[in-house]
Amino acid sequence: MSVTKRDVEYIARLARLRFNDEELESYTAELNEILNYMEKLNELNTETVEPLSHPIENVNVFRDDKLIVSIDRADALKNAPSRDEEFFKVPKVINK
Amino acid sequence: MLKLTQYRNHSEKIELIKSGKISLRKNVEEFLHEIEDKKELNAFNFVFDDVLLQADKVEEKIKKGSAGKLGGMVISIKDVLSIKSRPMTCSSKILKNYEAVYTATAVQKLLDEDAIIIGKTNCDEFAMGSSNENSAFGIVRNPHDTERVPGGSSGGSAVSVAADLCDASLGTDTGGSIRQPAAFCGVYGLKPTYGRVSRYGLTAFASSFDTIGPFAKSIEDIALIMSVISGKDPKDSTSHDIEVPAFTLNVDNVEKYRVGIPKEYLNPSSEGGLDQEIKEAIENQIDLLKENGYEIKEISLPHTEYAIATYYILTTAEASSNLSRYDGAHYGYRSDKANNLFDMYTESRTEGFGKEVKRRIMLGTYVLSAGYYDAYYRKAQKVRRLLKEDFDKAFQQVDIMLTPTTPTVAFKIGEKSADPLQMYLSDIFTTPANLAGIPGINIPVGKNSEGLPIGLQLMANHFEELKLLRFAKKLETIQ
Repeated sequence: MSVTKRDVEYIARLARLRFNDEELESYTAELNEILNYMEKLNELNTETVEPLSHPIENVNVFRDDKLIVSIDRADALKNAPSRDEEFFKVPKVINK
Repeated sequence: MLKLTQYRNHSEKIELIKSGKISLRKNVEEFLHEIEDKKELNAFNFVFDDVLLQADKVEEKIKKGSAGKLGGMVISIKDVLSIKSRPMTCSSKILKNYEAVYTATAVQKLLDEDAIIIGKTNCDEFAMGSSNENSAFGIVRNPHDTERVPGGSSGGSAVSVAADLCDASLGTDTGGSIRQPAAFCGVYGLKPTYGRVSRYGLTAFASSFDTIGPFAKSIEDIALIMSVISGKDPKDSTSHDIEVPAFTLNVDNVEKYRVGIPKEYLNPSSEGGLDQEIKEAIENQIDLLKENGYEIKEISLPHTEYAIATYYILTTAEASSNLSRYDGAHYGYRSDKANNLFDMYTESRTEGFGKEVKRRIMLGTYVLSAGYYDAYYRKAQKVRRLLKEDFDKAFQQVDIMLTPTTPTVAFKIGEKSADPLQMYLSDIFTTPANLAGIPGINIPVGKNSEGLPIGLQLMANHFEELKLLRFAKKLETIQ
């Protein structure tokens, strides 16, 4: 499996990143080198192995369905790049 | 007045303060002076300006006998952990002006026991790196040779302890980020079992791998800090509800643990092998244990050579998902180039993230994308189970595993930064513990012919940190 420059552009769009031409070239080369190394895993037959998603295999952890105060609005808005008294502000989403 | 280096651990320090031989304020002033003096090491992102005030309060408590277990211990915190109303940047431009809105549980527990928090330490951006060269605050230098890296990602934490800038530090370890810099800088560093310490307030990198643990100059202090920060936390559902031992180190009654030497670690088949001087240092320790009547057993962890590939598929996948929260909307950097929502996300992330973080987001997004999920991500999850089962089987035969921590000593600044794959491969001995979720510790075992520290790693089964610490203490006493 080889990654092309176009693939890298597509992945970048999914990840909401933008690269110039030079960066596209270098990321394409690096991703190919790294993914090529990862092909190593195909030496192993894992057909009957269950995937492991967590090192300590917990059952579900439940808590009581009670309302608990977390951070207040002022704190939540404190680090916003743009805001008013109550809301985060972002560029206009819907155009009439 | 005694110099700050004249105590070996916290209980000695407390005795000196109680008997009036040192003053805590003086002690903290000395640390501040050392930080200023060794500024070129670049260990700190922030030093707190109220630290002397903290010291005065705690000193009074110590004299009245009402101080907590960590009263007067001066601790630095890796800048990926939140402390309310303090900056928290993850050494990234994207969080440059971020101020934490709550306090991480592990840090709160230190504060509750009267530790003094001196500042936030430099690290690789979002804890991604093995050399501390990927930081928006600049590289960190190794105090043993300033042309060399301190290791990463908790490089600043390791340096802050090794260079006497504080007593101890809290770092994080996702694939070796505590143990490897501890080895490169010649200090103790413990990565706890996954779930032993609450991750609440730790900025997520790879959630099924991330752990928080201490750096210190003595096993006693590592044990003391572990006794404070461990335990179930309702704010982290993956923290484990299991008894926290007192972490007492009485080694007289310690039965002779069976020690396993994984052959794949001392004779690695590929990827540059193992430095000869490190190998000899580890073999010397093994001989010492044999002379003291320990049963040493060669064991096999047959899937070791697949650890790096597995680790970098799974952690980049988790990272690409975790780092999607940096969107320029809620907090952190927002580019002023954008006038629509899509561009706001893209431009803010493009300008805000550094090169290595972008590389990992790209890799993670790729292995999770349609058509590649099964080939990479699911495959790696399966191999993760095989790697964990290697350890399960080995721990039926032995109590402790003894290995080198790193394949080389601290490398030169710039030596590996141009080749990401070579950098990743340097994590070969540390990533397996994170894949399996088991605890590991770095023990400094002397220096090589160039005066650079060599690290020995001990690993034990899940939640057996106490075994690690007692064995480490024993190893120290038979030197």
